[in-house]
Formats: sequence, structure tokens, C-alpha cells
Amino acid sequence: MVDTSVSLAGVRLDNPVIPASGTFGFGYEFAEIYDINCLGSISIKGTTREPRFGNPTPRIAECASGLLNSVGLQNPGIDRVIAEELPKLRKCFKKPIIANISGFSLDEYVECCERMDKEEQVEILEVNISCPNVHGGGMSFGTCPESAAEVTRAVKAVTKKPVFIKLTPNVTDICAVARACEDAGADGISMINTLLGMRLDLRRRKPLLANVTGGLSGPAVFPVALRMVYQVYEAVSIPIIGMGGVSSAENVLEMMLAGASAVQIGAMNLVEPYACRDIAKQLPAVMEKYGITDLKSITGGAHNG
Amino acid sequence: MIKTEYIIRSNEPIADGVYRMRLEGDTGAIKAPGQFIDISVPELFLRRPISVSDWDASGLTIIYKVVGAGTDKLSAMRPGAALPALSGLGNGFDMDKCARHTAVIGGGVGVPPMYGLAKRLLERGHEVTAMLGFNGTGDMMLVQEFEALGCRTLVSTADGSFGVRGFVTALLPMADFGSFCACGPEPMLRALEGAVGDKPGQISLEERMGCGFGACMGCTKQTKNGPKRVCKDGPVFDREVLIW
Ligand SMILES: Cc1cc2nc3c(=O)[nH]c(=O)nc-3n(C[C@H](O)[C@H](O)[C@H](O)COP(=O)(O)OP(=O)(O)OC[C@H]3O[C@@H](n4cnc5c(N)ncnc54)[C@H](O)[C@@H]3O)c2cc1C
Ligand SMILES: Cc1cc2nc3c(=O)[nH]c(=O)nc-3n(C[C@H](O)[C@H](O)[C@H](O)COP(=O)(O)O)c2cc1C
Ligand code: FES
Repeated sequence: MVDTSVSLAGVRLDNPVIPASGTFGFGYEFAEIYDINCLGSISIKGTTREPRFGNPTPRIAECASGLLNSVGLQNPGIDRVIAEELPKLRKCFKKPIIANISGFSLDEYVECCERMDKEEQVEILEVNISCPNVHGGGMSFGTCPESAAEVTRAVKAVTKKPVFIKLTPNVTDICAVARACEDAGADGISMINTLLGMRLDLRRRKPLLANVTGGLSGPAVFPVALRMVYQVYEAVSIPIIGMGGVSSAENVLEMMLAGASAVQIGAMNLVEPYACRDIAKQLPAVMEKYGITDLKSITGGAHNG
Repeated sequence: MIKTEYIIRSNEPIADGVYRMRLEGDTGAIKAPGQFIDISVPELFLRRPISVSDWDASGLTIIYKVVGAGTDKLSAMRPGAALPALSGLGNGFDMDKCARHTAVIGGGVGVPPMYGLAKRLLERGHEVTAMLGFNGTGDMMLVQEFEALGCRTLVSTADGSFGVRGFVTALLPMADFGSFCACGPEPMLRALEGAVGDKPGQISLEERMGCGFGACMGCTKQTKNGPKRVCKDGPVFDREVLIW
């Protein structure tokens, strides 16, 4: 028997497999096709204070081993997420829930985290700082250590739940941002969000996405994500939820050896609706194959010393 | 929705760049005409959504036009090959909303799903007029099949090479129907919306998709009832809720 359980800032998960925000809705679409209680946790769709339609369509473009999305945080707003979506999820899911929060101002982050703090079964707040700061000239909060720290401090002041800051890879020094979050009191780091990219339509000679650019994810980004998790593991001592292109139980082990305490899976859910279930199911056998009996003990195992 | 694997029974051209593929396998999740399947094409990351044209207990027919890498690979697949797909996606047309005399209106590759709809409406005792629009005889398809169903079949071609010259809207005055169902390119649907008067109707939309089953919010359209996912809340919408 192998032990697949892991711990995230004191929150125990039966296994490290977590569907990533934005690729699993609020869970119940998947509950129609399998029992989602086989998952360690679920990170729900990014929630903002106001309802958002998101960006114009087309919002999806394909590339080799991945996709670009410019959904733009479409969500029904925090009131309806709390009143309608979370109750529906609770009906089919009995494990800890990760609430993914987005905001375009400090106030918005604070208000959303304050509201989520009161929600039972939400055991971790995952604060996505890749949104542009409307009061700060439109630069994303996550692109500079100072504004990342500012968001971290502000949300930590209004919640007792562990706060994981979700980092964007579209920066020159992701370690500096991660360190700033840790210093500001973050309980953990989630990484990575999507990589900025684009595709053109040869027939129209114009961008495929109505928004021109979009975020790249899927197996194409796995080596980039793995490298960043490896680097950030050396820069901070708080736990990391690793993600970016994970598509197999083997990838989960690689992410954990690089430094992740748990792993999220995004794009794969869209093309293989059973991806998370299957990866969770295969994990024990793959652990055995590589001589791993206690999964949480391998976090960071690829580093020296 | 089910995840399944179909076996290709036949895959043949029926018009310029348009193929008809007969698939054998589990059709249990297909409940209404206008639903679609999402096909996994070898080596491509995203699945390709294609409407079910017709189905029975043992399999289904899709009709697709080659427009890019995915449909090109599909067209080269041989009988006997396996085709993984998600099946029974989307809502489909609600036949209970169809009037005694319903016009089924299709343009280009919007015609195939209207075939399965016309067939089932006729079985339920509706009077059906098919209004089919094409560019010319080159991309014309299924006209004889509609006629063989026994419904009145009107055809328009943009170049006048067959039937009435012009767009499918030119056919509207030729029948006295109580409601309509339509599928086709957006310019056609827009023109139809302007030309069809105040008759009730259901319209099937197309959008680029990430997942095809409601998880990613990639395919959202704004409607009078708020944002709706084409893949899960649609692809068929009541005419009244759409914003043009
Ligand atoms: C609900 C639905 C039903 C459809 N039914 C049919 C049908 O019965 N017959 C038919 O010929 N076509 C149908 N289409 C359009 C069909 O999905 C596209 O033509 C096909 O995906 C193109 O793939 P490709 O790889 O050849 O093109 P590429 O341009 O190489 O595809 C690149 C990406 O864009 C997407 N894409 C490209 N064109 C479209 C489009 N028009 N709509 C949606 N996504 C697109 C592809 O799925 C893929 O993800 C339908 C689309 C939808 C949304
Ligand atoms: C369609 C789509 C929507 C997403 N929406 C969100 C979101 O709302 N909030 C967020 O923090 N990340 C969002 N992401 C990013 C993913 O959670 C994840 O960080 C990223 O896709 C990398 O993982 P992957 O390669 O496994 O997809 C989204 C990704 C996709 C593909
Ligand atoms: S394509 Fe993913 S929600 Fe419609």
C-alpha cells in the first residue's frame, strides 16, 4: 500500500490531484460523468466581485500540444458563486475546495477573500494576481514584487484560511515575486498561470483570438512550468501547488520532485474529461513503479541537499 | 455526454470538399436532432465539434467540410478505423416547440443537422418544408435525401446554378409555415432573422470550442438571458433570446 496523501499549509488532501481553475467550472459538469470525490481538491473558476462576461469570441485557439485561451475571467460574480455555484458543488463534492479569486483592484481582492473566508468547505484561498490592476495603470499585479506583496498583505488581513498566491510566468524573475509574497505572509504559491501567446488566421491575415493575445497552456508548457517550480522551490520555504501541462501520473511525480506539494491539471480536462480521475487512479501504480511509498516525502526530492 | 469510440464504416465525398462519414457505435447519449459529437483527431490537441446529421440504434452519420488540419485528417481516414469522440453534446432542437408546419432552414454545412430534424418531425406528423441554401451545384448536398423523406424541398444557390437564385431567405415567401428551425453560417442566420417576420424559431449557433461540454467558458455568447455556453446551453437557442 502506498500513501498518496499530501498536505498544503495544514490542509490534508487524500491525493495531490486538483483540477485547475477555469478548466473544471464549478465541478458539477464533471460530477455528471464520474464521482469527483476521487480528487484531492478542486480549484473553482476564478471569481470576481462583479459578474463578468469576459472577452469577445473567438476565445480559444489551438497549437501543437496545447491551446490558447482568452476567456477573460467569465464568471457569475461572487454573490452568485456563493449563493448558487458553491451549494451545487457541495452536493457532489465532500473534499476541501480551493476558491480562486481574481480582482482588478486591491479592494476587490479584499472583498472577495473576506466573503470566501466565511464559506465552509473552502479551505484554501488561491489568489490569482495575473489580472491587470485598473488603479495601477493596467500592469498585472503579478508582474512586480511590490504589488504582489501588497495584494498578499491585504488579503491576509481579512482571512484565517491559508492563502496561496497564483503567479504568472510572464515575468523576468518569478523567484523575486514569489519571495515578495512569502515575505508578505503568503501561506503558499500556486504556479504557473498561462503563458502569453498568439496565433494568426492565414486566410484573414489577422489574429485568431478576438482579444489578439491569449494564455498558452497544456502539455506544451510542462517543461517551462517544471523549471519555474524548481526555481521557486529554492527561493521560498512555503508550499507550492505546481501546474502547467501536467498530463499523466508521471508528470505529477516530476512536478513534486521539482518542489510541488500538490499538482493542478488544467487543459487536459478540456480534451479528456476523465483526465483527473484517471491520473488519480494511476498514481499508486506509478508510485510503486518508482519505489515511492509516501508521496508527500518526495516534494523537492530533485534538489541537492 | 458519453466518451466512446466509434468505428468508421464509410467516409465518402458527397460534394466539393464535403464528406459523409458513417460511424458505428454507442448512440445512447444522442437524444435530439441538432446535438453534436466532439471528435478526437490524431495528433491534434483539441477535439473537433461536428453535428449529428442522423442516427439510429447502431450508429450515426456526420457530414463535414474540409476547412483545415482536423477535417483534412478526417477525410483521409479509412473504414475500419476507430474514432474516439464525446457523444450526445449540446441541447439539440426541441421538437415540442415546432408548429404543425415547420420550415427547416439550412445553409452550407448547416444543412446536415436539419436532415435528422426533418426526418423526426415528419415521423411525428408535422408538415415540413426544407429550405436549403448553397453557393452553387458544387457544394450542394442532401437535396435528394430530403426529397426522399417526403418533405417539400426548396433550394437556393447564390450563383443561380440550381433552384432559386440568391440566398436561402429568397425561399421564405414560398411556404406558409408556423415556425422554423435554422442552422448555417452567421451571415445567413442574420439575414434570416431580418427576413422571417415574427414567426417563432430555433437557431443553431457555432462557436470555437475548448471543451465542448461546458467546462471552459470558451464558447460563450451574450443572450437576452445572460451569457450562455454554445456547447452546453446551446447550440440551439430560441430566436427571441439571441442578440444580433
Ligand atoms: C456545434 C458545432 C457543430 C458543427 N457541425 C459541423 C458539421 O456538421 N459539419 C461541418 O462541416 N462543420 C461543423 N462545424 C464546424 C467544424 O467544427 C469546424 O469546421 C472544424 O472544427 C474545423 O476543424 P479543422 O481542424 O479542419 O480547422 P482548423 O481551422 O485547422 O481548426 C483549428 C481550430 O479551430 C476550430 N474551428 C475552426 N473552424 C471552426 C468553426 N467553423 N466552428 C467551430 N470551431 C472551428 C477547430 O475546431 C480547431 O479547434 C460545427 C461546429 C460547431 C461548433
Ligand atoms: C480555459 C482556461 C481558463 C482558465 N481560467 C483561469 C482562472 O479563472 N483563474 C486562474 O487562476 N487560472 C485560470 N486558468 C489557468 C489554469 O488554471 C492553469 O494555471 C494553466 O492553464 C496551466 O495549467 P495547464 O497547462 O494544465 O492548463 C485557465 C486556463 C484555461 C485553459
Ligand atoms: S467549449 Fe468549453 S464551455 Fe463551451
